Amino acid sequence: MNAGLAKADDGRDVVIDVQHLTKRFGGRAVVRDVSMQVKRGTIYGFLGPNGSGKTTTIRMLCGLLTPDEGTGTCLGYDIRTETDRIKRKVGYMTQRFSLYQDLSVRENLEFIGRIYGLAKPRAAARAAIKRLDLSGREEQLAGELSGGWKQRLALGACTMPSPQLLLLDEPTAGVDPKARREFWNEIHALAADGLTVLVSTHYMDEAERCHEIAYIAYGELLVRGTVAEVIAASHLTTYVVSSRNAGGLSALGHELEHKPGIDMVAPFGTSLHVSGRDAAALEAAISSYKTRGDLEWQRSEASLEDVFIDLMSRAKDNFQ
Amino acid sequence: MNGLIPTEEPRRMRGDGFWRKTWAMLVKEFIQLKRDRVSFIMIVTIPLVQLLLFGYAINTTPRDLPTAVLLQESSDVGRSILAALKNTRYFKVTELPRSEAELDRLLASGKVLFGVEIPANFERDLRRGDMPAMLVAADATDPVAASSALSALGRLVQTALAHDYAIPQAASAPFEIRTHARYNPAAKTELNIVPGLVGTILTMTMLIYTALSVTREIERGTMENLLAMPITPIEIMLGKIIPYVLVGFVQAAMIIAIGVFLFGVPMLGNLGVLAALSTLFIATNLSIGYTFSTVAQNQLQAMQMSIMFFLPNILLSGFMFPFAGMPTWARWVGEALPLTHYLRIVRSIMLKGATVTDLHYDAAALAVLMLVAMTIAVTRFRRTLD
Repeated sequence: MNAGLAKADDGRDVVIDVQHLTKRFGGRAVVRDVSMQVKRGTIYGFLGPNGSGKTTTIRMLCGLLTPDEGTGTCLGYDIRTETDRIKRKVGYMTQRFSLYQDLSVRENLEFIGRIYGLAKPRAAARAAIKRLDLSGREEQLAGELSGGWKQRLALGACTMPSPQLLLLDEPTAGVDPKARREFWNEIHALAADGLTVLVSTHYMDEAERCHEIAYIAYGELLVRGTVAEVIAASHLTTYVVSSRNAGGLSALGHELEHKPGIDMVAPFGTSLHVSGRDAAALEAAISSYKTRGDLEWQRSEASLEDVFIDLMSRAKDNFQ
Repeated sequence: MNGLIPTEEPRRMRGDGFWRKTWAMLVKEFIQLKRDRVSFIMIVTIPLVQLLLFGYAINTTPRDLPTAVLLQESSDVGRSILAALKNTRYFKVTELPRSEAELDRLLASGKVLFGVEIPANFERDLRRGDMPAMLVAADATDPVAASSALSALGRLVQTALAHDYAIPQAASAPFEIRTHARYNPAAKTELNIVPGLVGTILTMTMLIYTALSVTREIERGTMENLLAMPITPIEIMLGKIIPYVLVGFVQAAMIIAIGVFLFGVPMLGNLGVLAALSTLFIATNLSIGYTFSTVAQNQLQAMQMSIMFFLPNILLSGFMFPFAGMPTWARWVGEALPLTHYLRIVRSIMLKGATVTDLHYDAAALAVLMLVAMTIAVTRFRRTLD
């Protein structure tokens, strides 16, 4: 389809291939030395806290920002010099709803169809409305739609010109769980058809729905791989503590937080997650509590969230 | 997480706090105003620049009116009158045509506002006391400029002749000035003002239409989406300008029709030419508005730029005050404004029946202004979010 797409080890096309991307705003590096590869047909989750550089990286991939350092290709086209070609084949869904609020659903879609040079923009818009289940709302102004519908429309708008790569910037922020689930089903269907999807999020359950994930914090890409690989690579040992008297957990949490060997304590409903990077040190720290009758200790696998929060606190230490 | 809620219930003032809340709003507005550097600077510069500009530029007593002198005889008297005209500040002899036809053309094209003709045998008749007639053709499309200069002319010539040739300065002059106020013989102000209003109204409306177009997309967040799509700055610009050309055309047609049917402004020239050049003028203003839109960071700045541009258009174009009365530098500023050229076009076509050949300079000037604005807009347009 495209000239000069590199092949990954498993023979699949590499759709995004960037090295050492750096972007500074006013002297402050927002993205630092980010390298990544995304293979065709992958759902690639881009995770990280707010302000970590996810949006900036995505914007560099689709030509909306020029990297200060680093090189790379997107769909085989240079991200510095061939942005016009990239734009024709990439669907970008912005974090903030950026379709025309004062145009109707149909008018927005027809506008996009015309810009991308679709032969029959009206028919394409009609088809998209049907596909998105927006029938009955096509004459409604986009600004009057609810959050979930806006997000559906935005997704429909960026998939309508049949791109080869979707860049979705926090597409599910502020969307209810049902709409989120439907959205992800849609993404999986698209990926099954060979579309590559890079999606940024900070929902952990969404990360687990991705084929591969990358975690970025403070502008640096800290870890990447499948969910299992990322968890394994963290070497985090985690215990789940539950208590018969729920009120005591908060006090226990404060107590444990400062013990050597314990790197992280996080409340989860009626239980606490207690984690440490060094298993032996963690065991030592909690040994005296394990014997307490009112507490129930259970070793468990670290959750992705535990891993990320740990990564973040470590990264923070590095930058301070 | 416990730190988010203050541990102590904060003390609250009694009452509804009308002024306190107003104060809170006021403080916020000041902070926002201070943040917007460009707007902040314009608070000072708009009044300052405009005051200095117009204070020095505007002069209701016209000076240096471009004048053509046609000498039908080669005589000392003729030369003396020419010298006198050259020596005053009212007139500036810019052309010496050879024939009446040429003089007429100069007037029609607006190159000169005055034509003075010394007929053959003027000196002979003068010495014989035959009351020869000196013909003066004034472009009365601007009655203010024409009338004060006309009254000065008689005195001027008489003084010159008395001084040079001892032709007695009698109670009544030994010659007659036969004035012909061209194009607007009754010196009706509305004949001058109404065509001018076509241009003024169009300038105002057109500027605003496009001045907000790009900043609006940025402020609403739709620009990011637009930039991520395969569309070029030129396509965006033309797509944003062309609809308003149509709007402007409707407005122009409306104003001109009202001018003709309600105010009785004549329509001596070709309506097609006027329509074509009006379209050019409309497009020029839209391009300039669009340029502001690409330079401004927000809608407030775009509005301020439009006002900054609109005022000189009104005051230095010859709409409110005679163009010829302004100092040279101010006239150069005027030449850079589209309204100056359009006023000449619309007045010439409607009141003088001018043709395209008479107006090619002003038409070309409009086209150049439009292309300059478009070039700036396309190069200034930020294709990325850098």
